[in-house]
Order: sequence, then structure tokens, then C-alpha cells
Amino acid sequence: MIRKVVANAQEGIQGIENNMTLMLGGFGLSGIPENAISALRDSGVTGLTCISNNAGVDDFGLGLLLQKRQIKKMISSYVGENALFEQLMLSGELEVDLIPQGSLAERCRAGGAGIPAFFTPAGYGTEVGEGKEVREFNGKPHILESALTADFAFVKAWKGDEAGNLIYKGTARNFNPNMAMAGKITVAEVEELVPAGALDPNEIHTPGIFVQRIFQGVDYEKRIEQRTVRPRN
Amino acid sequence: MLDKHGIAKRIAQELEDGYYVNLGIGIPTLVANYVADSINVEFQSENGILGMGPFPIEGDEDPDLINAGKQTITALDGAVFFDSATSFAMIRGQHVQLTVLGAMEVSDQGDIANWKIPGKMVKGMGGAMDLVASAENIIVAMMHTNRAGESKLLKKCSLPITGVACVKRVVTNMAVLDIDERGFVLRERAPGVSVDEIKAATEGTLVVEGEIPEMAI
Repeated sequence: MIRKVVANAQEGIQGIENNMTLMLGGFGLSGIPENAISALRDSGVTGLTCISNNAGVDDFGLGLLLQKRQIKKMISSYVGENALFEQLMLSGELEVDLIPQGSLAERCRAGGAGIPAFFTPAGYGTEVGEGKEVREFNGKPHILESALTADFAFVKAWKGDEAGNLIYKGTARNFNPNMAMAGKITVAEVEELVPAGALDPNEIHTPGIFVQRIFQGVDYEKRIEQRTVRPRN
Repeated sequence: MLDKHGIAKRIAQELEDGYYVNLGIGIPTLVANYVADSINVEFQSENGILGMGPFPIEGDEDPDLINAGKQTITALDGAVFFDSATSFAMIRGQHVQLTVLGAMEVSDQGDIANWKIPGKMVKGMGGAMDLVASAENIIVAMMHTNRAGESKLLKKCSLPITGVACVKRVVTNMAVLDIDERGFVLRERAPGVSVDEIKAATEGTLVVEGEIPEMAI
């Protein structure tokens, strides 16, 4: 079996350099690679381009890297929940590229799947479509979107095995499988790392071929952004 | 005049048995509360769930189970989770039959603006551009006028648009309107609202044909 297990997040991020492009899984704060983000913060690496659906909140998720001004550019679909983000964007310290969420997911998937570009109807006729090739299919205009890849992709799964196979839980799956495919080096952190053979091959979401490093994560906070409940009567 | 719950109730009447439905944030979310008992529909949330249920009972919240508004939710029997690319394959591939979303402006050509106000913080479009570009059936749920009393149903959107010629139906606190090549076609009036009041509150081209019935809610 190919050796993929590393001891922790610090080992997981080995080889990270300034100005690299990273992908980070998660939707809001759900399914984010918490351990990798902490290790990136502690490493002091800067000038990062981060491809991630959101940018965390002020004191959690990618907000931790924004606090230390480690991010040069964000490529996201929605960045609303972060006051520091707004301030950095308005002052010009942070570049932001906003992409329709479905195009973002498909651009990652395409990057991992060897599809250099694809046509989508999303964004046609809007600012997003400006300067992009337009072609009509079945009587409907589409714009050309290019694939995305990254030097490192950081993903978070529920369970993983020593072969790098991953299983996600609930809606914490989101962008993680798509980004896992698109990293030159994909680093998976899991809540439960098990020996090869302990996961049912029928139940695996991300095949281990897409994962170069895997480690058992620790101290997951799993913060909830919008706690909405019904009363227990 | 309807309140936001009234708008949601009226839109719930548009749901048909067997529909997969994507509900946007705000008024559209309320539609789930008014689905007729006689039909079965499933709600999709673009962050990766089909078969979304109500908010969890206090104490049962799960950080790994949220909707696209990042609210904690539950999963009903028969629910399924999937990745973001698969989620938008469902949307772009028109497997989701109905999308309900809010808007800041709609034009009488069916253009919609709901993601950006120049000069204000731009938060992003999220999944809105994919949803409006892809769905066959888009209903906009919104107030007829803004807080300043100005019409949100316009000849041309003044804000940056989210999608071109995509909205088929608008349900507001005042009316139900379809959009065709002629403009906004008035279909129903909200209880107690006159055609003249709707005309006065609609800046875009309004087509009024025959007697306009009052909504049955």
C-alpha cells in the first residue's frame, strides 16, 4: 500500500510556500479543514490564493488566515459573514474573485477530471460573463469557464483509511470531494482514521487515488454559524 | 395586501406532486411551511441535501447538517447527501423542477437582480446565478415595492443582474404576475388590492386582460 498517513496537520502542510494556490473544502463553517487552517496560520506562510466557497467568520475558519494577512486573493461564491474580510477588501489588501457556486464546484471537478474548460449558462449576460467566450447550445447562450487546480487541496472528511479513501458526513461533504480531485497535493484530515480494510469499499465517497496525505485530526470545534431550532415541547 | 407568510402560502399552491424544489433564503424558505398535505415534494438545498426537513428540536443540532443559509436543519427519511458539483448538476441539468427565490428587482423581460448593490459590500452571488440560468421554472417571491415605496417590477433592472430573461412568475404582496414577451401579465390580485393600485406600483409594462381575480389563499 502506498504510504499516505502523516502524523498531524504540521506534517500535512509540509512543502507549502508563499504565494501558492490552495483549495479548502467546506460550506460556511461546515466541513472545513480546521486542523490544516490552524497549521497554515502557525506556519506564517503568506501571499496565498485561497479557493474556497466562503471565507469563514472573523475568528474561525479562513478568518484566522485573514487576521494574519496571509491571504492575497480569495476565489469564492459568497463571503458575507466576515467583517474583517470586508475591511481588507475595501482597503485593497485583499483581492476577491466571486464565482457562481455551481461554476466554482464544476471548475474544481473539471480541474481534477482533466477537462480544461466547459460551457455553462450560469452568469451569461451578467458581470460574470464579461470577456468570456459565448456559444449557443440548443438555442441558449452559454459562457466558457476554465478549470481550477491548486498546489494544495485541504479537505475534511468524517472517516478515512490509510489508503486515503474518504467518507463524509451529512452536508459537511459539499466542496470537499470536488477539491480533493483538483489538488496537486491533496491533504485529507479526518475525525476517524482507520486501517485499510476497515471501510466498506461500497461506501467510499472519495477514492484514495485523489488523496496524497491523510491524518487523524484533533480538537474539532465544528462551530455552528446559524443555530436554528424548534422548541422541545 | 399580503405579508411575507401570505406570499409564501400563495407560492406553495404552485407546488405539484413529485416536484423537487429549491427554496432560496428569506420569504422562499417559508414556502416549506405551507405545502398541501395531499402532495409529496422534496426540498433540495444546494450545499448538498435532498429531502431537507424542518429545523431540529433544540439540543439536536448537528454542525454537519445545514442548509444553504447555513442554518441547522434535519434530514427526512429518504434524504440523500451529495457534493457541490453533483448538487449543481441537479440544478443545471434541470432535475429540480422549481426554484423559488427572492429579488431586489425584476424586469418585464424576466431579468432578475438580487446579488449586488454598487457601492455597498458585495457578498457574492452564491448559487443564485446557476439557479436562475438553469431552472425551467423560476418563481420570484418579493415585496412589490422597496422601503422607499419604489417599484421593484421595472422596465429594466437598475442593479447588476443575476440572470437574463429567466423569471416566469412573480408573486408579491400585491399580485401574481406572469412574464411573457409583452411584459408583466397580471393574473391575480392580493385580497383587498385593486388593479389600479397594482398599476401604480408597477413601473414595468403591465398587461391587464379582463377581470383579474382575487387570490384564493
